[in-house]
Amino acid sequence: MRLAFEAVSYSYAGGDAAKKRGRKKQRERQADWGNAPDALWALRDVSLTVEPGEFLGVAGHTGSGKSTLIQHMNGLVHPTCGRVTADGADLAEKEVASRVRSQVGLVFQYPENQLFANTVYDDVAFGPRNMKLDEAEVDRRVREAMELVGLDLDAIGERSPFDLSGGQQRRVAFAGVLAMEPELLVLDEPVAGLDPLSRADFLALIARFHARGMTVVMVSHSMEDLAALSDRILVLSEGRVFALGTPAQVFADAASLKAVGLGAPAPQAFASSLRDAGFSLPRELYDETSLAVDLAAQLAAGAPNADGTAAGAAEAESAGEAEAAPTGDAPCGAPNADAPTRAGDRRG
Amino acid sequence: MTNPIDAAPADDLFIDAADAGFTYDGEHFVFRHLNLTVPRGQFVCLLGGNGSGKSTLAKHINALLTPDEGAVRVFGCDTRDPESTYFIRSNAGLVFQNPDDQIVASLIENDVAFGPENLGIPNPELRERVTPALKEVGLQGFEEHETCALSGGQKQRVAIAGVLAMDPAILVLDEATAMLDPRGRAGLMRVVRDLHAAGMTVVMITHYMEEAACAERVVVLDGGEVRLDGTPHEVLTQARALRALSLEVPFACRLSLELQARGVPVATCITDDALKEELCALRSKQ
Repeated sequence: MRLAFEAVSYSYAGGDAAKKRGRKKQRERQADWGNAPDALWALRDVSLTVEPGEFLGVAGHTGSGKSTLIQHMNGLVHPTCGRVTADGADLAEKEVASRVRSQVGLVFQYPENQLFANTVYDDVAFGPRNMKLDEAEVDRRVREAMELVGLDLDAIGERSPFDLSGGQQRRVAFAGVLAMEPELLVLDEPVAGLDPLSRADFLALIARFHARGMTVVMVSHSMEDLAALSDRILVLSEGRVFALGTPAQVFADAASLKAVGLGAPAPQAFASSLRDAGFSLPRELYDETSLAVDLAAQLAAGAPNADGTAAGAAEAESAGEAEAAPTGDAPCGAPNADAPTRAGDRRG
Repeated sequence: MTNPIDAAPADDLFIDAADAGFTYDGEHFVFRHLNLTVPRGQFVCLLGGNGSGKSTLAKHINALLTPDEGAVRVFGCDTRDPESTYFIRSNAGLVFQNPDDQIVASLIENDVAFGPENLGIPNPELRERVTPALKEVGLQGFEEHETCALSGGQKQRVAIAGVLAMDPAILVLDEATAMLDPRGRAGLMRVVRDLHAAGMTVVMITHYMEEAACAERVVVLDGGEVRLDGTPHEVLTQARALRALSLEVPFACRLSLELQARGVPVATCITDDALKEELCALRSKQ
């Protein structure tokens, strides 16, 4: 499914009032934020297309319009001006919206807050049952969704979702959305509030969904996660499209990102700060490994005294930090560094 | 009225958990035989994976929870002593993760005044508490704004102002930056650092290693036990131990290790600035 935003503007002040006045007329009207400074425009003239199969990252500071944008993606809210189409069909039409709603899986922030059923099974089955599927199909979907998120249905299917740990609850909430077999998965801060290990698990899970051919839109505050996973990144500021492009294009201009309250991913930001100090770092987008490779090449080249300084550095390290020694940690660091590299390769 | 805390000796322990144990269900202990002390004026950061007991411990600091075994003393008072509860609660302020859970009033000044008003502070003095508290968090002039129209970062600052207006001696932040964007997080960290510089005892729970690097001391909890305890540099450079405790290693430290693995003789750093200095020094030796 190709989801297109055509000059979409949205005002919380205008929304319901517009409904009463007749939406059609309102949508055809020109956006009037220039003339109505009091109206709070959450989105202003946003045009973009979510291509089938792509991984679109969405970044922006608090209040930039990210959540409003994704609520447009399954017709949960309708544009005040402009339109959103799915394969050309306008989401403002009731029939289109209800059809698209089962094809777009929206996972809100802290989705575990929306668990409600008595058992894990019933919670995951809620969506498919709502789609009026027969019980055999519902069962198949529940099983597949639980397997996808790495939960054992036989072990926890009959338990209350509220007895599970926070990370498991979130997986159940994910499974509930996946059981509807959406073509487009929209995730609002899917790893907020998780510890680093669970965060890495979840991101790997999301990468797997994408690898299975699902289109993914992910809102995140973590530029590292966005850089590692996204094909394209959309940056919103004050409800407008501030930037839209590959991670390399978007993160090339760290200064302007900072102006809209965002930063580049840590390796990219550090590379840019080293460039200012005179290091030559030619790549467009750096991750940890590529930055280490380029720096090592530069510092090793023409460094006859490398042995001497190495000994000096070793002495400087206190005895208590022995486990931080390079040899001991290399195998430990390798798998961690792997993911971004692979994502980089996929982008080509 | 002088605050009894001001009269206490300067080197006293503000938080003293001695062999403390706590269980929600009478069966599984969140922590047991926990020993941890925090002296007056320290800025300590608590790290740990989900379920490590950090938040449960934080709730012991202002007697929201009390230990089932051992004792937790705050300002020298046993938290289980009902006589002390009021004193502890009015002097140890807690800020939680979700600002929406903590805003009680529709106007900012009313929200910030809620705490001190509950302490029975009369109106003219109330204003003297609210105005500086808002100034402290960079929201002066916003007194009559509506709380619902604020961004997440601003709401969190209002929540902190509400705690500051109670004039606490300890500020406990339980993942208070988790829901903020990078700018909101940096702003909040600046506020916390300023408060600490002015003498506040700060206990901060976070998943962000850059924030832990700003603290004076870092304590890592796992399964209710203190696993690592030391200066940020001592703790955050222990990459293998941190990963085993499902924690992240700061970017500068990860890069230092990657460089060391490639034969570049840099020390293990925990901040970008320190690593940059190391690299520049290395290059100038060439």
